[in-house]
Amino acid sequence: MTVTLHVNGTEHKIEADPATPLIFVLRNQLGLTGVKLGCGLEQCGACTVMADGQSVLSCVKTVSEFNGTKIVTIEGLAAHALGSAVQRAFVAENAAQCGYCTPGMVSEVTALLSAKPKPSRPEIIEALNGHLCRCGSHTRIFKAIERVVAEKSNA
Amino acid sequence: MPNGSLVKQPNLDQWLAIGADGRVLVRTGKVDIGQRISTALTLIAAEELDIDPTRIDIAAVETDVAPDEGVTSGSNSMEESGDAVRRATATARKHLLALAARQLGVAEDALDIVDGLIRARATNRSITYAELAGGKPFGIPVDQTAKTKDPKSFKHVGTRVTARGMADLVGGSAKYVHDMQMPGMLHARVVRPPHYHATLAKLDDAKFKSAGLGIVRDGSFLAVAGPDEYAVLKGAERLAAAATWDRGKGLPEGDLFKNLTANERVSLPVIKGSPVKEAVPALPAPPANAAVTHQARYERPYNMHGTIGPSAALAKFENGQMTVWTHSQGIYVLREAMAEALDMPIEAIRVIHAIGAGCYGHNGADDVALDAALVARANPGKPVLLKWTRDDEHAWEPYTTAMVMELQASLDASGKVLAWSHESYGDTHNMRPRSTGNKSGAARLLAARYLADPVPPPVATPSMGHHVGIHRNQEPLYTFDNQRLVKNLVRGLPLRTSAMRTLGAYANVFALESFIDELAEAGGLDPIALRIRNLADQRAIDVIEACNTALNRDKKPAGYGRGFGFARYKNQKTYCAVGIEVSVNDAAEVKLHRCVIAADAGEIVDRDGIAAQMEGGVLQAASWTLYEEVKYDRDGITSRDWDSYPILRFDNVPEIETILMERPGAPFLGAGEASSGPAAGAIANAIKDATGLRLRRLPFTPEAIRAAAYR
Repeated sequence: MTVTLHVNGTEHKIEADPATPLIFVLRNQLGLTGVKLGCGLEQCGACTVMADGQSVLSCVKTVSEFNGTKIVTIEGLAAHALGSAVQRAFVAENAAQCGYCTPGMVSEVTALLSAKPKPSRPEIIEALNGHLCRCGSHTRIFKAIERVVAEKSNA
Repeated sequence: MPNGSLVKQPNLDQWLAIGADGRVLVRTGKVDIGQRISTALTLIAAEELDIDPTRIDIAAVETDVAPDEGVTSGSNSMEESGDAVRRATATARKHLLALAARQLGVAEDALDIVDGLIRARATNRSITYAELAGGKPFGIPVDQTAKTKDPKSFKHVGTRVTARGMADLVGGSAKYVHDMQMPGMLHARVVRPPHYHATLAKLDDAKFKSAGLGIVRDGSFLAVAGPDEYAVLKGAERLAAAATWDRGKGLPEGDLFKNLTANERVSLPVIKGSPVKEAVPALPAPPANAAVTHQARYERPYNMHGTIGPSAALAKFENGQMTVWTHSQGIYVLREAMAEALDMPIEAIRVIHAIGAGCYGHNGADDVALDAALVARANPGKPVLLKWTRDDEHAWEPYTTAMVMELQASLDASGKVLAWSHESYGDTHNMRPRSTGNKSGAARLLAARYLADPVPPPVATPSMGHHVGIHRNQEPLYTFDNQRLVKNLVRGLPLRTSAMRTLGAYANVFALESFIDELAEAGGLDPIALRIRNLADQRAIDVIEACNTALNRDKKPAGYGRGFGFARYKNQKTYCAVGIEVSVNDAAEVKLHRCVIAADAGEIVDRDGIAAQMEGGVLQAASWTLYEEVKYDRDGITSRDWDSYPILRFDNVPEIETILMERPGAPFLGAGEASSGPAAGAIANAIKDATGLRLRRLPFTPEAIRAAAYR
C-alpha cells in the first residue's frame, strides 16, 4: 500500500504494510533515526514525534493513521523556530546524559510550548509524565523549559 | 603511584596523535556511556596542551587500536584514563616544547603556547604543533613523572562546559548502535524461552510461514532475521507461537528474604574492606560499658538496570572474520568471551564500541553482541542488527541481586561506637564476561547456555577484592571500634545477577546510614553529631556539614521530614552527603520535595558533569528506593514492561542543589556512583522524620508504608 507522509516539510510516497508502526517507516525508510524505539508499548515516550503540532507516540500507531498529517521529527526541529529554541536550551542546560530519551523529550516540550507558551509546573509535569529518563536529567529538563519560556517572554 | 593503564600501554603514540591538520586525537580505553568521560578527557588534554577543546577528537574505542583499560566501571575512569591522558598530554607538551626550542633556536622557558602555536616571546617567531609533529608518531614513552600544569593556571579544567556531543544528542543526529544502517543489512530478533530453565522441545515449522525471513536455530537459541524490521518483529511473534518449550521445574519459589539468610552460603569475614579466608567470628556480647545496643535487619529486592533503549548489536561475519559494533563497557573482555562462545580465535574478532542508551552497569549489552554474532555467522557477508525488545531487556538482563543486611552496634553515653557488626547476604555482583580460561567468559554470555553444545552458567565465587560486590561499602568510613564485617555469598537464589551501578554499596549504605539514625535515636543523640563524633576524615566531615547546613537553611515545613545519608564510595572515591526533604501523602505515597547534595570528587575537571552524576545518581536511587522490585514466579519473570516495573517519573522529582567542594591539585576521585547509597539512607531517614515509621525493606511503596503504619 502507498501512504503519503509529510515529514519535516517534505512529502514522501511510502510503500509499506499499512499495519507498520510509524516509527519503523521514519527510521528505516526515511533514515530519521533520531526517533528512538524505547518500549514499543506506548509506555516510555522515547518515540515521540509531532504530528499536526501535537505530540504523538510513533511506536504503535500505524503509518496508515498518519496519511496526510504533517509530521515533524527531532531532525526537523532544527528548522522549527520554537523547536530549535528548545534544542538550544537543552544544550545550554546539558539536559541529557545518554540522550536516548532526549529526542522524545524535546519533541514533547516543543508541542507543549506551542500550545502553552508559559506552562505552570503542574502542566509541565503532566506533559512529561509519560516520558521516562533513567539517567536522571529531570531537573535539567525543567530548567531547559524555564530557559525557553524566559527567552520567549524577553523577546 | 604509577598509572596502571600507562604501565600496560607505555608509549605516547598509544594515547595521542597530532594530525597534519593540527587536530589532536586522544585515545582511551574507557567508553562514554553518558557520564561524560570524553568531555573530561577533552578538558584535560586541552589544558595540558594549551589547545582549544574544539580541536580535540576522542578516538572510537576499538580492539587492537584503543588502549586496553579493562571495563568502564567502578567509577575508575578518571583515576585510570583521566590520569593517563593527563600524563600523556603533559609528556607531549614537554616534547613539543623541546622540539620547538631547537627549531626556533631559543630556550624552552622563552616559549609560550597559544592554542597549539608555540611562540618565542623575544623574537615572535613561532611554530605549530602540526608543523612539529603533525601526522608523525612521537616514538617516545609517556613520562609518568612529567610535570603537569599548576591548577592556578587552569583555563579549561574545572570550568562549566557543554558536554561533548550534546548538540548531536539533542538534535537527533547521534548514531547509536540501534541506528546503524548498512547495505544489505538484516534485522534480527531472538525468540526467548518462557524462563531461564526452559528448553526448546519442538518447533512447528509448518506453523511458521517464513515469507522471506530466515530462522537461526542452535539448540534452544532461536532467532529470526530478514531485511525489514517490522516483518522480523511480526515473524518473531509467529515463530514464538510455533515453538513448544519444555518448562522443567521452573524458577525456585519460596520466601526470597527468608532464603537469603537460610540458604547454603559461602561466609567470609571482611577485614579493612577485603574478605579473608578465615572462620567467621561469632557475634560478641555487647561491651560492658555500652549505654545502648541496637540491632536491625534491612532488605532490598532484585532491581534491574532498566535502560531506556533495549540492548542492540550489529555483527558481520565475512571471510572467517567477525566484526561487532557494541555498546558493551568492555570491548576486550567481550572479545575474549565471544571467541570462546563462537569457538573462534581472538584475532578473528574485532569489537568496536558505538554508543548505546545508558546502561548503569552490566545489562544486556554483552549478551546481545553474542546473539547478533550467532545470527551473523549463519548469514555470512550480511551485516545483522539485532535488537532486544523491551520484554527481552526486562526479563533477561542480569539484575542486581536482592540483599539482606543485618546490623548490630553498641554506643557509649557520649555517642562513641564501641562495637559494630554488619553482615551482608546476596548473590554475585560479578558476572561480566571476563574469561579466566575454560570457557568461563562464554559461560557469562546468555546465549551460550542455550546452544546445542551449551556452556552452562558458572557457579559464582566470592569476590575477594577491596570493596567489591556484596561487601562494597560494608566497611564503614566511620572510626567504629571492634568492627565485625561478614559477607555471605548465597546459593540457590532464583534470578540471574551481575554488576549494577554501585554493586552492593547502595544496599550496604542504605542499611548503614539508616542504622546510624536508629542508633542516634536509641541513644538520644543528634544523628549528624553522632556521625561526626565517629569520623576522623576531615573531608568527610566537610561534606556532611556543607550538606546539613544547606538542608536546614530554612525552617522545615509542617508535616515534612528531613533525612540525611553519607558515604565515601568504596571508602576511596568521591565523598558524598545527601539531604532530602519528603512528605507522605494520604495515598501513602512518598513525595520528594528538596534535595541537597554535597560532594568532594577531588580536583574537579568537568564541573557540570560531576553535578550531573550526583543529581542523576540521586534520582535513579530514589527510583530504586521508592518504586522498584523485580517480580517473578515459578513460570518466569513477571516484571516485563514499565507498567509491571514502574520507575521514577517527572511527578516526583525534587528540587536539587549540588555543592561541590573545591580541591585543586588533589587526585581525581571517581564520581559516577557516589550519591546512590547516601540517597537511599537519606530517604529512609526522612520518611522516619516525617511519619515516625522506620522502613527497612525496599522499596518504600504505599503498600510498604501502610503495612508499617498498621504493624
